[in-house]
Amino acid sequence: MKIAVCIALLTAMAGTSLAAEIPLSERRSGYSFMSPDTRAMQDEDTANPGMLFVLDGEALWTRKAGGADKACADCHNDARISMKGVAAHYPAFEKALGRPVDLEGRINLCRTNHQQASPFAYESRELLALSAFVAQQSRGMPIAAGDDPELAPFVERGHALFMQRQGQLNLGCTNCHDDVWDKKLAGSAITQGQPTGYPLYRLEWQSLGSLQRRLRACITGIRAQAYDYGSPELVELELYLMSRARGMPIETPAVRP
Amino acid sequence: MPSALINVPAKAKRGSVIEIKTLMSHIMETGYRHTASGDVVPRDIITSFTCRFNGTEVFRADLYPAIAANPFITFFTTVTESGKFEFEWIGDRGFSETAQASITVE
Ligand code: HEC
Ligand code: HEC
Repeated sequence: MKIAVCIALLTAMAGTSLAAEIPLSERRSGYSFMSPDTRAMQDEDTANPGMLFVLDGEALWTRKAGGADKACADCHNDARISMKGVAAHYPAFEKALGRPVDLEGRINLCRTNHQQASPFAYESRELLALSAFVAQQSRGMPIAAGDDPELAPFVERGHALFMQRQGQLNLGCTNCHDDVWDKKLAGSAITQGQPTGYPLYRLEWQSLGSLQRRLRACITGIRAQAYDYGSPELVELELYLMSRARGMPIETPAVRP
Repeated sequence: MPSALINVPAKAKRGSVIEIKTLMSHIMETGYRHTASGDVVPRDIITSFTCRFNGTEVFRADLYPAIAANPFITFFTTVTESGKFEFEWIGDRGFSETAQASITVE
């Protein structure tokens, strides 16, 4: 079913002109495409299952770990102050590595460099919980990632990946998320693919998931080989998506169907 | 310890109908799924939820494998006196969690 629709879509798009970026005034979060019930779930903290992970993250924030026997709170104190606005600037350029890291990558750098602990696995409950807790401190703040001039070549690479057709269905992200975001695919709203809510609770996953997990799902959907978690390509895509969403408010932890 | 989120109004008028909302962190593994190597993933669900007000049961629900992860249970009740709601979730593998919330009735 889904494949047939994809192919129909592909054929329909064969003649359309090359995508243009969505103007600022037309940018819409995935939230605005959701049913009233799903919106209500996101809107109320005691109904939003993502908040369960935020609570776990809050507990982990003060738990000592690693050879340094230090908790996040020992260095960063009150997250409500020290982490306010941080997630809105990620992925950020990491000098020591000479490339951007996303929020999950940044937290794992603190694990290894500052706590002398082993990094959390991608999509582990701990990493999702901590990144949700940190990102929630930016809820409502406008996205402002990609400003750093050192990031320019990486934003450009992310943009190129976004435009690139790939996979057996030979589709680029742009063909869905710029060209036909107001249409549906097998019953789901295609949406503009905005990264405003991550990590977010997806009802289909029955869990919180990272932006990388979402991107890997879209890449698998077009029948291409998904990049590995933590790969430079996924971080570049995240960076491009965040710079494309400039000015939109952070919603973490959002809910999506 | 698994997290719970409880939403009970702090105050209510005597005899009024109030809505209670509860969210409990739980994977609700159905027992019908298999791993890549074909082994059954054992069932691990919450089987029962109970709410007591000042010791008297006011709401109970049995849960089954078709219920999604992190069960969200809401219900209505009336209150005639101030007191304490106690919530209890019981499930497979010895799962047992409690939470409380107080209400002032005027
Ligand atoms: C021993 C001190 C220390 C500990 C413990 C520590 N950090 Fe950090 N953290 C830092 C320093 C220093 C920086 C600045 C970047 C750098 O030098 O690595 C930083 C940067 C960050 C940033 C980026 C802030 C920004 O404005 O870009 C985040 C997010 C962060 N830490 C999260 C965490 C989390 C979550 C934990 C616990 C798992 C943690 N940190 C534990 C010292 C620490
Ligand atoms: C065939 C069309 C299609 C293509 C191509 C595609 N996606 Fe998606 N994407 C979707 C659909 C449909 C959804 C909504 C998923 C759902 O809820 O079922 C989605 C969701 C998303 C979201 C989540 C938005 C939110 O509100 O949380 C992001 C981000 C995203 N896609 C990014 C990408 C990127 C990056 C690429 C390229 C690597 C891509 N997509 C390729 C169809 C597509």
